Amino acid sequence: MLSNPLYLCGARELVSSVAKRLGFSNEACCQISLAVDEALANVMRHGYKKACDQPIWMSIWPCCDQACDPAEACSCQDGQAEYTGIRIVIEDEADQVDPCEICSRDLDDVRPGGLGVHIIKEVMDQVVYEKREGVGMKLTLFKQLGIKDDTVSETQVHCPPRGTPRSVKDQSGKGSNA
Amino acid sequence: MREENDIQVSIEQIDEALIVTPVGDVDLSRSPCLRQALKKSLSDVTGRLIVDLTDVPYMDSSGVATLVEAMQLARRNSVKLVLCGMQDQVRSIFEIARLDRVFSIVPSREDATQV
Repeated sequence: MLSNPLYLCGARELVSSVAKRLGFSNEACCQISLAVDEALANVMRHGYKKACDQPIWMSIWPCCDQACDPAEACSCQDGQAEYTGIRIVIEDEADQVDPCEICSRDLDDVRPGGLGVHIIKEVMDQVVYEKREGVGMKLTLFKQLGIKDDTVSETQVHCPPRGTPRSVKDQSGKGSNA
Repeated sequence: MREENDIQVSIEQIDEALIVTPVGDVDLSRSPCLRQALKKSLSDVTGRLIVDLTDVPYMDSSGVATLVEAMQLARRNSVKLVLCGMQDQVRSIFEIARLDRVFSIVPSREDATQV
């Protein structure tokens, strides 16, 4: 899609429909589509600085209890396995930022803006920001189907600046509002 | 002609209160239109500004930011800002952002005229 906010409603509907088909509750579908909306809006507003003609790629992957690497064939992708979650990958060609600088802000500081990252981390079970090879950023969102469904859970945030990914529990605090 | 990204916003005066009623999803494409309506309303109102969200099924953080900005402007102008008619999905984003304790949120227009 292009980085035009006009497409946000379509992206929300697409993600919500797929999540529903995978077995997520209505509430969880709303949460997942909200996270995607916030992630795309961040790319448009901060990554591309409101330019409406830049590329964004979004891919949606069902996950099953087998090793589920989107780059490899998996039986959950042909409907043969039981779904355990959904993975959404959003990529862009915007300026790269250090993934560890992408943090939610202090919520006690009530002011307009800067809530997107907090919302994404609250509603998804895994949030991974990475630099793409060469140009742009890649965000991978994962939500598990089942026990964490419908609840705001403690989010696992992976923040791999370079090399081996490392796991960090919910990073609150001041930082960029990407 | 209405722009494709515009949201329908009606504004009506009832007694001392000015009631702003947006209709439709409020996301990044539409929050500027709501922002404009709220800004204009805040320049006209003296007592109470009620934002009736009954017909807003979806709001993202740009819509929330618009309401936070309106709340801050209302406080500076000694205007009471009240939100009413919030649907569950919209309420949940206020709860996630912990803004449900910051705004005055009531179920109905009637309640909003009395708090």
